Order: sequence, then structure tokens, then C-alpha cells
Amino acid sequence: MDIDELYQEIILDHYKHPRNRGTLENADVKITGKNPFCGDEIILSLKLKDNIVTDVAFEGSGCAISQASASVMTEQIKGKTLSEARELFQEFSKMVKGEINYDPEKMDELAAFKGVCEYPTRVKCALLSWNALKNALEQKKE
Amino acid sequence: MSITEAQIKPEINIKDVRKYFPIFEMPENRDLIYFDNAATSQRPLQVIKTWDKFNREYNANTHRGAYRIAEKATQEYEKARDKVAGFIGAGLSNEIVFVRGATEAINFVAYGWALKHVQAGDEILLSELEHHSNLVPWQMVAQKTGAKLKFIEFDESGQLKMEQYFQLLSAKTRLVAITQMSNVLGSITDVKSIINSALQVNARVLVDGAQTAPHMPVNVSNMDADFYVFSGHKMLGPMGTGVLYAKRERFEEMDPVFFGGSMISDVDYNSSTWNDIPWKFEAGTQNIPGVIGLGAAVDFLQQIGPDSVRAHDQALTDYALEQMQLIGQLKIFGPLTNRGPVISFSLADIHPHDLATFLDSHNIAIRAGHHCAKLIMKRLHVPATARTSFYLYNNKQEIDQFVITLDKAKDYFSKWI
Repeated sequence: MDIDELYQEIILDHYKHPRNRGTLENADVKITGKNPFCGDEIILSLKLKDNIVTDVAFEGSGCAISQASASVMTEQIKGKTLSEARELFQEFSKMVKGEINYDPEKMDELAAFKGVCEYPTRVKCALLSWNALKNALEQKKE
Repeated sequence: MSITEAQIKPEINIKDVRKYFPIFEMPENRDLIYFDNAATSQRPLQVIKTWDKFNREYNANTHRGAYRIAEKATQEYEKARDKVAGFIGAGLSNEIVFVRGATEAINFVAYGWALKHVQAGDEILLSELEHHSNLVPWQMVAQKTGAKLKFIEFDESGQLKMEQYFQLLSAKTRLVAITQMSNVLGSITDVKSIINSALQVNARVLVDGAQTAPHMPVNVSNMDADFYVFSGHKMLGPMGTGVLYAKRERFEEMDPVFFGGSMISDVDYNSSTWNDIPWKFEAGTQNIPGVIGLGAAVDFLQQIGPDSVRAHDQALTDYALEQMQLIGQLKIFGPLTNRGPVISFSLADIHPHDLATFLDSHNIAIRAGHHCAKLIMKRLHVPATARTSFYLYNNKQEIDQFVITLDKAKDYFSKWI
């Protein structure tokens, strides 16, 4: 298996130059995602208005996959409705788990993480920020 | 003579030991460099065949059936107990109780001995080097009894601060539970001196031998440990096997933890009496082929000689440490001497998981993470480390390959980090 399939340029670029890194003042939701096996951590803050993600930022530390995934995610969900964000989570999660019935059209830059499905132990790295997002959105619902 | 017996030579030379391990014969594993031995070891054909032979030739429950194959199963099972006792220098075979692994053995002592003998105000001394399996059970005991946990720190080189230990030790100390070798840093602790001092204050000592029983000669009688625990699967034996050694007096002070079949001597409606030691601690049907397989693993290690295993591991570790230190931006966590074949390290700013994945793509299996030793991670101020660990079938060529690949990894990630 070619390692470059996993560490795509886009991923390593986001790892080195994370987008939307930091924390939001007056965030509507702030949530921490942790991977107990490797100690990776993401703190996600979201601003929401009329069911739309108006702003998002992340902090944390971890491997290239988890940090890049968080960075790409923030770009992809900004401006999306909550249900669009949830849908994106579903599709992304199917893709990295190697399920075939995801919608490639929706993936955009997220497609860079397709190689993760060949590395089962790394799936949780790619999903760290997304699971935090899912929990954040659920929290908001309640 | 059976196939198994024919294949066991009276003596096995460590230099060509690899051929006894079928996993390396698999075409897809020919180039596999297995450096995660601190997690689990591979198994030689002798162990696999012994397990298989039980199932094919004399599968029966032990200590019950009055028929030929049941007697054979019982004999082989008890023979394994004798072998294990000999392997760790226990005076008596009935000081050996078979369990699922080191974790279960420690839980056994926690539930069966500590809950009965540790009281509010007592202290349990642990070290920061402990694997979670020798930490979390004592947190449970402390919470249930009101005892206090105290921790011996390790110094910059990863060795226990013995001065601090001597200071912490007092009349309040009821138990000292200590690893003989860190599964992260490789540091070897001076259990002999720890036990000698504990005796002065009448404290009991549990030694976690999970990393030492596979790798060096162990003698629990000379060591004078009250409890000594280890896992079978890290020393060439089957998974789901482990050993709790305790001095006869300690076993006598201990209550059974599991109750039911075969651990009883007599049963009435409302009460029962227990079988003799060690069987009173082995309730229900045990992992019989596993234990017999563990006996075969002990035979294998004895044929090589624990001294030879130690010398081999040490030569590899010294070589690896020397070669790894030549790589710029490679940091070794842990001592350079008085250590076992486990090396934790970091390379540049590469996250250990990325490094492990990169090495895996070059067919090198190492471990990345906190290695179930979060106290060490806290002390080192890192979330995780990369860890390589060697055993008797590893060689210098593999270490060369490993070091070359570490260099490649540095190049690969340097563009981005």
C-alpha cells in the first residue's frame, strides 16, 4: 500500500497550515473531542444563527490525520445548515470507514481522506473532529 | 515419538530461533519486522502444536473425569504448573495459580488479599512507572478501604527515585506494588532492594513481572516477593494465560475471588468449604490447552536459557540505542543502561501515530500511544510516544532496516512539519 494514498498533499498542507485554528469568543457551542487511545484532542467552537454554522474554529493537538481532518472540516461546514453538516458527517464517516454507498459529489476537499479507509486504526483519527461536531450539534438540539 | 516431541531439540540456539516461528514463514510476513514484543510475543511451533495436540488427542476436563484422556489432561495441566514454578524459582508448585494474564493476577490480589488486609489509613506504594493494570486495581482498593496511594517518582533517566521510596516507606505501608521493568521506558527496578526494605516495615510486595518473565532469569524465592505476576502471551505462550505466584502464607491469607465448580471441597445448602491451594483459586473450567501451551513456552525458553535470552535482548537494545542516537532530532525516553528491550522515543515533531503508520507501510510493526501508562506520559509531558521492543527472534539487520526507515520518515514528514 502506498503511504502517499494516506498522506495526500492536501492533508499535509492542512496539517502544516491549519485553517480556522483558535477559539471563538461568544461561541454558541464549545465541545472537546478526545481519543483516549492516543491522547489526541480537539476543542471545537461553533457559532450558529438561524440553523446555520456561521463560524467555526478548532484547537488541539494530535497526528496529521486528526488535525488536518479538523481543519478541512471547519472549511467545509462553515455556512452550511445544521442538517447539511449532519449529512456531511454521515457521508464522510461512510467514506473513511470504507463503505461504498457514500456520495462522492458531496466530498469536495474531504475526498483527500479516502485513503484512511485502508488504515482501520486511523479511522478514529479522521473522525475525531467530526464526532465532536456531531456531539455539538446534538447538544444544540436539546 | 510425536511430531511435537521430535521437533523439540534438547537445546535451541538463539541464533537460529526464528525458524521455529511459523508466523515469519507466511509469504506475506517474510519481510515483517515485528517490534511490538512488549505488547505480545509471537508463538513458536512447539507451543502451537502443544495446544493443537491437546484438542486433537486428549481434550477432556481436568480434575474430574475418571478416564484415560481426562487423567492425561490433568497430568499435563499440573505438569505445566511444575514447569512454571521451576521457571520462576518458586519453591512449591502450589504457589502457582493460573489466571488469564497479569491484569487478572493483580485483580486477584486486590480482591482476594488487599480488600481483606488493607485498612483505612494504610498506605499502598506504587510507582509512576506502573502500567494501568498495576494502578487501577489499587485505586479501587483505596476507594473501598480508605487506604491511601503514594507514588514513587522516576528521575530524568527513567529510573525510580529509590531515596524517595525509602522515605515513603513507613509503618503505614501495607503493600508495595511495583513493576520490575517499565513497559514504556524499559527501566529495570531494583526489586530486591525494594523488597528488603519493605520487609523492615512488614509491608507486602507485589512485583509486576509482565515485562521481565519473558526477558530475563527470574527467581521469586531469591527476590523474596510476596506476589509475582506475569502473562503467558508475552513470553511465547498462548493468549489468555497468566500466572499469579504468591508465597504459601499469602495464599493462606487470601480469599477466593471466584466461586463455583472445582474450587470447593464440600458443598451444602447454605455454605461450602474450599478446595486446597492452589485449586481453590481456580474456579470453573480453566484455559487447559492454554496452560499446557504455556508449559511448552517455558520448555522452549528453558532450552534456550533465560540468560541467553537476556544477553541477546541486551545486545540488540544496546545496538538499537546506539544507532537511534545517530539520528538527529530523535529523542529517547528512558535510561541507556540497566534496562530491558523496550525503547520509547520521539522523532522530530512527527506524531507517534503518523510515525507508526509510516513504519507499517514499510512492514515494521511498532506501537504508538500511551502504552497504558498515563502516569509516565504525564511526567514526560507528552500525550504519546513511539515504542519499539525486541525479542529473541529479532536481529541486528532488522534494527538497521528500522533505523534507515526512521530516517526516511523524517525526510517524508519534514516537508510539512
